[in-house]
Amino acid sequence: MAELVEELKEKIIDQLSLEDIEVSDIDNNDPLFGDGLGLDSIDALELIVLLEKEYGIKLTDPKEGKAIFQSVQVMADYITKHRTK
Amino acid sequence: MEKKYYIKHYCAIKNEAVYKNGEVYHEDETSDNLKDFAKGIYKKLELKYPKFYKMDELCKFSFLASEILLMNEEIDEDTALVFANKASSLVTDRKHQETINDPENYFPSPAIFVYTLPNIALGEISIKHKFKSENAFFVNEKFDSSFIMNYSQMLLDTQKATKVICGWVDLDSNKYDVFLTYLTREEGKQITIRELTDIYNNDYGRISRRA
Repeated sequence: MAELVEELKEKIIDQLSLEDIEVSDIDNNDPLFGDGLGLDSIDALELIVLLEKEYGIKLTDPKEGKAIFQSVQVMADYITKHRTK
Repeated sequence: MEKKYYIKHYCAIKNEAVYKNGEVYHEDETSDNLKDFAKGIYKKLELKYPKFYKMDELCKFSFLASEILLMNEEIDEDTALVFANKASSLVTDRKHQETINDPENYFPSPAIFVYTLPNIALGEISIKHKFKSENAFFVNEKFDSSFIMNYSQMLLDTQKATKVICGWVDLDSNKYDVFLTYLTREEGKQITIRELTDIYNNDYGRISRRA
C-alpha cells in the first residue's frame, strides 16, 4: 500500500503539472481539493482518466470522484479494491 | 499626417530573450524547449501563480508577456485583449491528437483538450487580472500591425475599453514569436503604425543589445 501511495503522488504531480510540489509535500490524508492541493474541476476529470488509464478503473458516474478523490490515501484504498491492471 | 497611437509599453519574446520597451529583460540560451524557457521567465518575474504550470505554451507566453507589460501598472478591469497569430493552438492540437490516435489506447486528456482554442489564452489573462472587457483572438497569415492597432484603437475610441493589450503571440513546434503592446488613450509614447512595424521587424531591440 505504501508503495502505491508514493506512486500515486508521483502520478498526480506529473499528470496535473504540480511543478512546485514534491512528493514529500503531500500528506497521505491531505484533501486533494479545496484547502489541500487546491485542485480544480479539470484536475478532477484528469484524475478520472488517470484511474482508467493506469489502473483500469472506469468511473461510470463522475460524481463518484467526489468520494474517491478525498485524499491520496482514500484513492489508494479504492484502487487496491477495484484495480483491473 | 499619419495617425499616432499611445503605446505605454511593448514586450517581445524572441530568439531566447525577452525584451521590454526595447531593453533586454531576460535571456536564456540554455533552455532547449519552450516549457523550460517559459519557466525561466516565470521565475524571473517571481510570480506565485501555480495555475501557470497547467497552461499550455501559447497561454504561458501570452500570460508572461502580459505580466511584463503590466508590471507596476494599476490594473483596470476595462482592459481589452486583442491578439492574433498564425498557428492558432496547433501545438496543443497536436498533443491532443496524440492522445486519441490509437483506438486501443484512447485517453483524451481534459487538461490538454481545454487548451485547443487560442482564445483560452485571453481567458487565462482575464482570470488573473479580473478583466471584464472585450477580447478577440484572430488567426492571420502574419502580424498585421495596422489591423490589430486599428481594431484596438476602435475599442478605445468607442469607450469599450480604457486600455488594450494587443499584438502577436505565435507558437509552432519549438518556434515562438511574441510581440505585445500596451495601448492607452493618452498615456505613453505616440507611435505610428510604420514605427511599430519597424520595431517588430527590427528584432525588438536585439540590435541595441549587441551595440
